[in-house]
Parts: sequence; C-alpha cells; structure tokens
Amino acid sequence: MSENILPKEFQTQGWLKKLTWFDWVFAVALLAGSVYAYSRYASYMDEYEVGILFGTALSLIGMGWGWKPSRLLVVVVSGLSLLAISIYNPAMQALAETGVTGQAAIDVLNYDKEQSKFFLRFLISSQSATMWMSALFFMATIAYFVELFSRSDFAGKVATAMVWSAVTMGLVGLLVRWYESYLIGADVGYIPVSNLYEVFILFAVITAMIYLYYEVRYETRAMGGFVLLIISAAVIFLLWYHFEKGASEIKPLVPALQSYWMKIHVPTNFVGYGGFALASMVGIVFLIKERALRHNSAGIMATRLPAADILDDVMYKSIALGFAFFTIATVLGAMWAAEAWGGYWSWDPKETWALIVWLNYAAWLHMRFTKGWRGAAMAWWAIIGLFITTFAFLGVNMFLSGLHSYGGL
Amino acid sequence: MNTAQSPKAQRQPSNKSVLLEFLGSMNLAISILVVLAIASIIGTVLQQNQPYNDYIIKFGPFWHEFFSSIGLYDVYSAIWFLVLLGFLVLSTSVCIYRNTPAMLRDMRQFRLHAKAKSLKSMKHTSVWQVESEQVTTTDFIQKAKLYLGQFGFQLRDEVFDNHHTLVAKKGSVNRIGYILTHVGIVVICVGGLIDGNLSLKMKEWAGDIKIETRDIIAKEVPAISRLKPDDSLSFRGSITLPEGSSSNFVFLNVRDGYLIQELPFAIKLKDFRVEHYESGQPKSFESDLVIHDDERDKFETTISVNYPLIYRGYAIYQASFGDGGTQMNLAVRPFFTKSLDNGQVQRTELKAEVNKKTTINTSEGKYILEFDDFKKFNIFPNKDKTINKKYTNYGASIIFKARDESGQAREFVNYMSPVKLEGRYFYLSGMRETLGDDFKYLHIPMDANATMDRFFRFHAILNDDARLLQMAQTAVGAAVSDMDRNNRQMQQQVAEAMVRLVGLFRRGGYVAIDGDIQEKVPQEKQQAIAEAYMGVLQTALENMYLLVLREEGIDVSKGISDADSVFFEDAVSALAGLGFYGTPFYLQLVDFEHREASGLQIARAPGKNIVYFGCLLLIIGIFMMFYIAQQRFWLMVVKAEGDSKMELIFAGSTNRNEFGFNKRYSKFAGQLKTLLLGDTK
Ligand code: HEM
Repeated sequence: MSENILPKEFQTQGWLKKLTWFDWVFAVALLAGSVYAYSRYASYMDEYEVGILFGTALSLIGMGWGWKPSRLLVVVVSGLSLLAISIYNPAMQALAETGVTGQAAIDVLNYDKEQSKFFLRFLISSQSATMWMSALFFMATIAYFVELFSRSDFAGKVATAMVWSAVTMGLVGLLVRWYESYLIGADVGYIPVSNLYEVFILFAVITAMIYLYYEVRYETRAMGGFVLLIISAAVIFLLWYHFEKGASEIKPLVPALQSYWMKIHVPTNFVGYGGFALASMVGIVFLIKERALRHNSAGIMATRLPAADILDDVMYKSIALGFAFFTIATVLGAMWAAEAWGGYWSWDPKETWALIVWLNYAAWLHMRFTKGWRGAAMAWWAIIGLFITTFAFLGVNMFLSGLHSYGGL
Repeated sequence: MNTAQSPKAQRQPSNKSVLLEFLGSMNLAISILVVLAIASIIGTVLQQNQPYNDYIIKFGPFWHEFFSSIGLYDVYSAIWFLVLLGFLVLSTSVCIYRNTPAMLRDMRQFRLHAKAKSLKSMKHTSVWQVESEQVTTTDFIQKAKLYLGQFGFQLRDEVFDNHHTLVAKKGSVNRIGYILTHVGIVVICVGGLIDGNLSLKMKEWAGDIKIETRDIIAKEVPAISRLKPDDSLSFRGSITLPEGSSSNFVFLNVRDGYLIQELPFAIKLKDFRVEHYESGQPKSFESDLVIHDDERDKFETTISVNYPLIYRGYAIYQASFGDGGTQMNLAVRPFFTKSLDNGQVQRTELKAEVNKKTTINTSEGKYILEFDDFKKFNIFPNKDKTINKKYTNYGASIIFKARDESGQAREFVNYMSPVKLEGRYFYLSGMRETLGDDFKYLHIPMDANATMDRFFRFHAILNDDARLLQMAQTAVGAAVSDMDRNNRQMQQQVAEAMVRLVGLFRRGGYVAIDGDIQEKVPQEKQQAIAEAYMGVLQTALENMYLLVLREEGIDVSKGISDADSVFFEDAVSALAGLGFYGTPFYLQLVDFEHREASGLQIARAPGKNIVYFGCLLLIIGIFMMFYIAQQRFWLMVVKAEGDSKMELIFAGSTNRNEFGFNKRYSKFAGQLKTLLLGDTK
C-alpha cells in the first residue's frame, strides 16, 4: 500500500500534455503566419504594431488552446479572408490597367453585373459577408426560439451552427474590409473598428462569441434566443445605418485616430460591452424564469429555461469578464488620450460615461460579493446597466459633444 | 467578508473603531460611488467651461448665479466633487486597512484545525465509512496527497489525537488580488490629485493669483495672473503659434477667464504642414519646432498628432491648426455704382490679414470687415458631370464678416478661383445672415479673359442712368418710329419707364419688379403688365450688354456668339441676386501669402506614472480576483478509539466560481472515493 505511484486511471496530465497535434499545428501556423506578415510588412509597422501582431497571434493561440472550437473558427476565417484577398488582388490589378482604381474598382468587382467576381459579389466581399452575418443572426434567433418552444434538438443544433457561421462571416467581413480600405488608397487603409458601422459588427460578433462559450460551458441552448435578441437589435441598427445613411462607405481617418492604440483600445472595449450586453439578456431570462416559476411552474419557460443559479452564475461571469476588459480598455483609452490630446483624463463626455459605466458595475460586483445580493434585484440591475452602457456607447456620440465625436450618426 | 465580526469586537466598541467602521462600510462606499456617478452625469449633460454669457442666455441670471456658485460649470474641479473623491480614497483605504490582515491570514492558513462538525456542514462535503483492519490513516492521506498533488495544490497534513487531516489549498493569490485592486484605486486617485488643479485653487483662495477675464494681449496680462514655471506642479494649457513666431508661455483656461503659465524654455514654430486626403480631409498635420532653452540647449524637432515631444517633464502635443495671419491683397469692387469718368470700372485695393479687422467706406456707409479665416484650398464632391473626378478643388477662399454701422453682420465665403459648374466657370461668393444657416451663393460668370471684368463692366453700365436713358431713347425711338413719330412726350415716358424698370431690377431683381406691379397695378391686369415689363426689361438689358460687347471691340452686327449669349444669361441671373447679397461691394481675393498656425497643447503631469502604476495594480488585481479562485479541500480521517471503523470526511470550499467548483468537487470526490476505498473492500 505504500507505493507512491497512482494507478493510471487516477492520473491527470498537465495541461501541456493534454494538447493535441491539432493544437500544435494551429499554434505553429499562426506563428508562421505572423512571421511571414512581419517579413513582408515590417517596414510599414512601428514597434508597437509589431508587438500587436505577435501579441494577437499569441492571444489567438491561447484562446484556441483554452477554447477548442475557436481554433476552427480562426482557420475558417483566415481561409475565407485570404481567398477574398487572392481574388481581389489580380482583379484589381487588371482593372488598374484600364484606369479604374480605388473604391470604383471595388464597386465594379462587387456589383457590376458583367465584371463582378462571383465569390466577392455573393459571399466574401466585406459587404456580402456582413449581409450574410446579419441574415444568419436573424435566422439563428428564430431557430433558438423554435428549439425552446418545440424542444426540437435539431433546431437547436441548427441555431448553434448558424451563430458560428454568423460569427465567421462577421469576422470575414471585418477582415476583408480592412483589406479593402487599403485597396481604396494606401494612405486610407485602417483597421475597421473606427466608426459606428464597424463597431456594430464587432459588437455582434464578440457578444455572440461570448455567448457561444457559455452555451457549451453550461450545456444549454435555452438562453440563446434571448441573447440573440440584442444581437439582432444591433444588426437591425447596422442595416438601417447601412441603407439609410450609407454608413458602410469606407472613409479615411482623422489624424487623431491614426494610431496603434485603436487596434487594442476598441476591441478590448467591445469585449466589455459584449459581456455587459450578454449579462443583461441573461438577466431578462432570469426574470422570466422566476415569474414563470411563480405563475406556471409546469410551463415551457419554467421547465426549459436554465435553473436560476445557473443564470445567476452566467450573469456574474459575463459582468466580471466585461468589467475586467472594460477596465483595461478604459486604461488603454486614458493612455491613448495622454498621447493624442495631452492628458490622460479630460472629463470628456465619453471618458466620463465610461467611468459611470465602470462605477455602476463595480457597485454591482460589490453588492454581490460583500452583501451577497442575488436574484431578481441583480438581474434588474444588470438590465439597467445595459441602458447605461448603451448611452455610453451610442448616446454620448449622438447627444453630447466632445473630443470623441468621431463616431456620430 | 468584511461583515464577519472578529471576537474582540464583541466588547463595547471605541469611538475610533466606530469611525473606521463607518468609513470602511460598504454602504458609504456605494453611496459615494452613486453620488460621484450622478455628478459626473451632470458634468456631461451640462457643457462644461463654456463662456459665461452662453450660460446666462441659457439659464437666465438667477439659475446662472446658482449653478455657478455650486460649481456646476466645472463640476470635476468643484470642491464638493474633490471632497467626495477624497472620501472614496479614505473609505477604500480604511477598507484595505481593515480587511488586509484577515485576508493575509486567510491566505497563509491551511485550516488544519477544522473540526469534523464544521467540515460536515460545508456545502461541498461527503462522508465515507470504512471498515478495515489493515489500513492506517496515513495510507489514506498519502494516496490523497499523491492524487491532489498533481493538480497543483499546496498540501499540509497533521496528525491529531483521533484524526488525521489533510488540507489541499490553491489560489490564495486571489486575496492578493483584493489588495492590489483596492490599493490600485487609492494610488490612481493620489496620482490624479497631484495632476489636478487643487494647488491652483488654493492659490486662488489665498489671493495669490487672479483669473484674467479681459481679452488683452499676453504681454499686458498683470503678474497676478501669471504663473512662473515652478509655481505649478502640473497644468495643461494651450497656445496657438503662427509660423515663424515663438512663445515661452501657454494659456490655462480657467472658468470664464485664463491664466498665463510661463515655461522654462521657448518654443518656436518653424514650419507647419498639413497633408490631405483626396477628399480634402486632413490626413496628418505636423509642426517643426525649435526649442530654445537658455539653461540647456537648443534643438529642432517635429511633432505630429499622436506623436508628442516630451521635454523636461513637459509634454508638447500637436492639437489643432488654423490660420496664423495670412496676408491678403484684396480688391473691393463696389456694387450699384457706375464707372469712373475715364471709363474704368471702380475698384480699390485693400491689404488685409486674417484674424484682424479693417474698416472700409462704401456708398452705404462704413463697413467693418472681420477676416476670420483663410483656406488655401477647398475640396468638394464634384458636381460637374463633364469631368470624371470624384472631387474638385475650388481653390483658395476667404471667410469674413461684414458688419454695417448698425452692427448687423453677414458672413461671407469668397473663392479666389473660378469654379466649373455645368460646363461654365463662375466666381462663387457665399453669404449667410446667421451662423447656423447654409450659405447662399452668388455666381459671377467668368469672362473670356478668365476675369470678372466683363461682369463688372456690364454691372457698371446698368448703373449709369445717363447711358441707360440714352439707350432707352434710342430703343424707343426705333420701336415707335413707324407708329407715331410726333408723340415725343410719350416716347420720353416710355424711355423713362424703361430706365425705372432697370433701376428696380438692379437693386431688387425680379422680386422688386413684382412688388412694384402688385402695388400699382389692379389685380386683373397684373399678368399682362408683368409680361410687358419683362419684355421691356429684357430689351433694355440686351441693349446694354451689346454696348459692353461693342466697347470690348466685338462686332455685334451679325448677332452674338453662343458663349456671349450664355454669359448674358448668367450675368443677368447674378445681377438679379445682388439686392439680396447684403453688402454694396464684392471682395475679391487677388493674391495672398499663406501663414499657418499650429495649435499646441502643453502639459505637465507628474502624477501620470503614478496613475499608470495604479492602473497596473488595478488590472492585475482584478484578474487575480476574478479568475484565480481560492480553493481548499479537506480530507479528514477519523478513527474512533478501539474501533475498526474509520470515517473519511472530504470537504471543499471556494470563494469564487461555485459552479465550476461544483464540477471539480464531484470529480475529486468520485475519484478519491474509488481510489481510497475501492481496494479496501
Ligand atoms: C471605486 C472603488 C472600488 C472599486 C473599483 C472596487 C473594485 C472591486 C472589485 C472589482 C472587486 C471584485 C468583485 C468580484 O470579485 O467580483 C471588489 C471586491 C471587494 N471590494 Fe472593492 N472596489 C472599490 C472600493 C471598495 C471599497 C471602498 C470597499 C470597502 C468598503 C471595498 C471592499 C471590497 C470587498 C470587501 C471586496 C470583496 C473581496 C472578496 O471578498 O474577495 N471596495 N472590489
């Protein structure tokens, strides 16, 4: 009995040993891709951008290893985006010889009935991909509710697949847009997270990704429809903005936005917004569940929706995630402000509202941890939190003036 | 956590501990957070630091006085706001002070002394009974150590009288996370306080400095409104430097006035450059600066947006740009006047400078011209379908206000070069009466020599009543010659009517003629008269135009060219609008010497690195707190004396992520049970 070797079935492997060959290939491919990008474009990048390039690769590897399904996402998104680039490149060169360049050339390849490229026109140009994303999110919303009410497992699987596809298309849309901005003019190109149109795509994608993570973690699809409501709302705004205001047009950046800071500040911020948005929708599910249990404890809502403590946990986790990233984003924003405006904190409306949002969730977290608040009150608070967040995100740009007024409607 | 009372606190609390209790209470902290949030909202809704006049207009004198006295126009440096912030710092500090000892203890302690009873009452707990003669308590503990050890737990075990306890602990840095987060907040606030304007406020209260509110030049600002370089630890000011000029101070905007902050060096703007996108939007702007530092050195450097210069703790930022006093040669071309006696169209030269004022005399009294801005080029979406270009450049423009003697001002934007519209070129001049309006444009057609001269000759001749009458008499004479040669008097009347019509037209366009008809002609005849008038007017204008062409030496006996007739149409449209243009002159930009200015922001913020350090603590702390859970597992093997029975208690507790912990506990309990009891059966 004194052997100090555990029987095999009780042994656990270190996380490194648990990695599969796919994990390694994935990591090597990402690093190789970054090295290749570096070797080709190093002369256009400053040291921060080099840092961001490799930092992104490492983060993606980390995400892929920690959340396995995201590896395939990265692979497919990269593949489709590279395909788009490989179609654009020769076609643009051919057009340039006829004197058509920039936006006009992109329009020809996308919309001109004779000369358009099939894949670009119908699938993976930035506009088409974004439209696919929008359609897929709408359909997924419906599919989740079909699953909820009909208990059809198939509908649920379809819904999940649609959300993954929508995320894929959204990311392809953004990446290809990034490339298109450089096609319009080498001096125009910028990362597409710099106006309201672009960040709405980002918001939809990130919120959906956080949701997908929890869907697997908690093995339930019952929250899906509700979470997708907020994403669909964002998509409706996106479409309105596109068709009514022509917001999808790529316009060059004002000087203050031309900075590597944007590449880290904005995406980080949107992990925050995504987390808060998700939490509020889960808060709604919580309230519905609670009501259903009181009034009709045998009904669909009472029986099919996840247990209250699970909902409470998801709500807490997404607020925590949102809070952590929002904190980083705000600090990054302050550092950027220090470099671009001459002060890390100017009480500019956007900054101030970021602080308000932050204080609000700090208070939420304290109530939960030090006073042990749970349940309906916290759910309501999470929902109200979304209104505060939305004002910080949209309202400030629409109603208040300040240094941040780039993203106006 | 902080609500748990230590045993000592059972005694009568002292005053000090009551105070600490209050300051460190969650209720106080949350209340402060809420009030700060509300105050911040006010600060964003009510625009801060605007000119006081704007506020008076908006709120009226009573509310203005009230708002201003409670500091609502500058909420974030209002004294009550700072006091609140101070309380937040105090409350957080007290909170750290009170919680840290317990947290550190909790981190270090394994809780080996936990009693069987309390383990059994935990949320995650299992009790297994074993009946065995062979195994000792140590066997169980050794195996469990091997098993739990591979998950990275710290292990500690101890043999007690009748039981043996193993504790596996992990994630204690979670508690450090709490400390880092809250210390981070205190550090950030301290750094922010250093960079805030508290010391300035103190000096103001003490009467050492006084805000300057007059609009005077920097040199005349008295010493009481000036700060020496060493007077302020931190500040943030701005200055606009025209090319070629230099400055050793910046302006600090304070409420409705300003202060002058002197610098220990001078900054000279050598050159300023803006680059533009195709669309005319600025792409980048940068300044070549020369820093003269008497104590140290002199050097040149270039700054641009997002790339400031940091020198001796002062950060110099590229903030904005504007006109630095462009010199302009202008021509004042009066309206509603005839040519000079020598036949020359009137025109006077004028020298002007952007950001300055000039007074001119006109036929309608004095006008003050305020030159607000100059633009070297103006890019607009191309409206001309004959050119295949997305954008066109309208060239240089001046923006000025013309204020008449009654103080009424209109704003104008005049373009220097002609702009092609629908295939023809025009000189554009936009006018608006109020700032919010869109500009309405006067289109002066360009002549064949690429000037406005023909237009102004045409205009001048229409204002020459003698020549008008002469032309009218000839025209009437030709028309009536067949009918009634003898009726001289009627001829004269028709000719005078013609002159009168032209007179109405040149001051008020077609609208004036319309008004005249409305006033003088009975309703039923208006239509007919209007048509007749238009015919007469057209004849008069055409005849005068022919005169202009003839003076240019053009042979008009066989009719006129298409270009000349299009010019006529355009000129008449322009003339019809002159009455609404608002000033009795047109200001033509002849040439200019461009001088740009760079808007610099200069700041000193010694607290910045402290703030950043606090942010770092905060972020690391948050991640530790959220994502590293403190977990403890207990395995207690209890052996009742003289009994072969043993009781195994396996319990677990965590302070985060109950849901994940639940899974983990179930797994551990399942595996341990098989591992420990499986082969004892
Ligand atoms: C702006 C000010 C503050 C911020 C941003 C802040 C932030 C945080 C955060 C993010 C957490 C983690 C919550 C979680 O684990 O989910 C936390 C926990 C906590 N905070 Fe604060 N805090 C602030 C002020 C205070 C003050 C003034 C107190 C004391 C009254 C306090 C006491 C605590 C306590 C006791 C915990 C729980 C620690 C634990 O049990 O793990 N905090 N705080």
